[in-house]
Amino acid sequence: MQLIPTLFFVSVIIFSLQHLLPGDPALVMAGEERDPAAIEQIRQHYHLDRSLPVQYVYWVKGALSGDLGESMRLKEPVLSLIVKKLPVTITLASMAIIIALTIGVGAGIVSAVKKDSLWDYAANALALWGISTPNFWLGIMLIFLFSVKLGWLPASGYVPLTEDWRASLATMIMPAFVLGNAIAAILMRHTRSAMLHVLESDYIRTARAKGLLEHSVIFKHALRNALTPVITLGALEFGTLLSGAVLTEQIFAVPGFGKLIVDAVFNRDYAVVQGVVLVTATAYMTLNLLADMAYILVNPRLRG
Amino acid sequence: MAEAALTATAVANAAESIETPTARAMRRFKRRRGAVFALVVIAVFVAAAMLAPLISPYDPDLQTWSAVRKAPSALHWFGTDDVGRDVLARVIFGARASLLAGVISVAIALLVGVPVGLVSGYVGGFIDALFSRITDALLACPFLILAIALAAFLGPSLGNAMIAIGVTTTPIFIRLTRGQVMVVKVEDYVEAARAVGNPHWRIALVHVLPNILPALLVQATLSIAAAIIAEAALSFLGLGQQPPAPSWGSMLNAAQRFLVNAPWMAIWPGLAIFLTVLSFNLVGDGLRDALDPRSR
Repeated sequence: MQLIPTLFFVSVIIFSLQHLLPGDPALVMAGEERDPAAIEQIRQHYHLDRSLPVQYVYWVKGALSGDLGESMRLKEPVLSLIVKKLPVTITLASMAIIIALTIGVGAGIVSAVKKDSLWDYAANALALWGISTPNFWLGIMLIFLFSVKLGWLPASGYVPLTEDWRASLATMIMPAFVLGNAIAAILMRHTRSAMLHVLESDYIRTARAKGLLEHSVIFKHALRNALTPVITLGALEFGTLLSGAVLTEQIFAVPGFGKLIVDAVFNRDYAVVQGVVLVTATAYMTLNLLADMAYILVNPRLRG
Repeated sequence: MAEAALTATAVANAAESIETPTARAMRRFKRRRGAVFALVVIAVFVAAAMLAPLISPYDPDLQTWSAVRKAPSALHWFGTDDVGRDVLARVIFGARASLLAGVISVAIALLVGVPVGLVSGYVGGFIDALFSRITDALLACPFLILAIALAAFLGPSLGNAMIAIGVTTTPIFIRLTRGQVMVVKVEDYVEAARAVGNPHWRIALVHVLPNILPALLVQATLSIAAAIIAEAALSFLGLGQQPPAPSWGSMLNAAQRFLVNAPWMAIWPGLAIFLTVLSFNLVGDGLRDALDPRSR
């Protein structure tokens, strides 16, 4: 169980963030407020008059009971803000993952099966393009093409999936593609190397020797084993997904998690910034743990 | 006499056929045309950044109100922006912020990450466990989100963006160095160095460190690519280079508002980021293949 010490250090990092602020944190948190009584109240409320370790204990106690502080600007608990924005980002991220899996795994299979062919080079070029394109630029260019020039898709906005699925898809397809693009490149590289590895193994030779159809060898025999490392390595890209979501939501004005942290940064709403980092880090660690467990579950050799 | 001459030629031939590792890596790298071409592109960008005042057609901050949002022409090759500044001049000067941010933030990550990883991997035990958990904790925070949070708390500026990117890149180098050290430190030559009584610091610096340099070089190149994108992202969000100083990220931010009337404002800085990042990625991939002792 290495999760607990790691979580401890995550909390220390996030807690120390607020002490990077120049000057008196109470003054900074007060913002426009210049009333000494109000500043004193903030100091008391956040235990800023106590020593650092004591402040940390108070902060962690709060975080553990779901109290991540209050947004200075919106006068709302940070946790409820995050819970409100989360479904938007989850929808966006899920669509992005579907796009990334389709393109990435598809291109990975083709390039492994047709190794050193024109298809292989094209897929590798696609991956290099995906890794090197800044997603905020890709977003702007897509808006220019599909919204400004062709007028096919709305440039920004968000409609919940439950409200009107057509309008929802129309607003989400561009941000989801932008977000999925970079992940697709990484998944393609993982799929390619995993498939190349599996295709060399003895049981594939046996399957071919039995006279099975080539597509059955590839999809039924090879892909099933090749996908296992792809899924676990893919889970590591959750961080890339969240980082990308910050920029994508900013460009397409999607009111999700990423927009929340950027707005918080510009309004000096520090409790929200800390809350978002804490929640994303915890989610990342939990997801990795689940991926490790899934890996053991699908791989019989690791059970025992 | 003749025999001696023959032996001398044989020795000379043998010396020629024994290639130093550096020469072998160079030969392999040159075989990858994409990587060599990418290196040329990087050289062009570096030259443009250094010689910016000499080659730039205009002052990048000069606002010309009679030439606002003009399309690319013979006068302004890349067009002008919303306050009549020459986009080409700003792309050339913007290379400074991007390349500087890429190199300096990776330098910060190397300066902190390599010593920590070296100690962690070499010493092991409690120190290793402690450093590893801190590294895990840093890696658990999504790269850009941590960088945004750091830049927000430190205050928006190019220098702070570099620190933020450097800090978030550090755990990658700690983990890489530690892993490599653990492989190298059980090699026979390290054992031999220990047997003849070398102090630990000397073994770590003279016998272990040089052997992990190739892996660090590859990772540093790929990290520069990631750092350039990160700096552009932070500047795009307004957390990096502050206006009016030119940077590719902040140019894209401004361009977003004028996409209908002045799309060239978005095309050029984005293309510059793409080309630079692509080149560093290509060189990194090329170096990885060239330095891999398993490939011929």
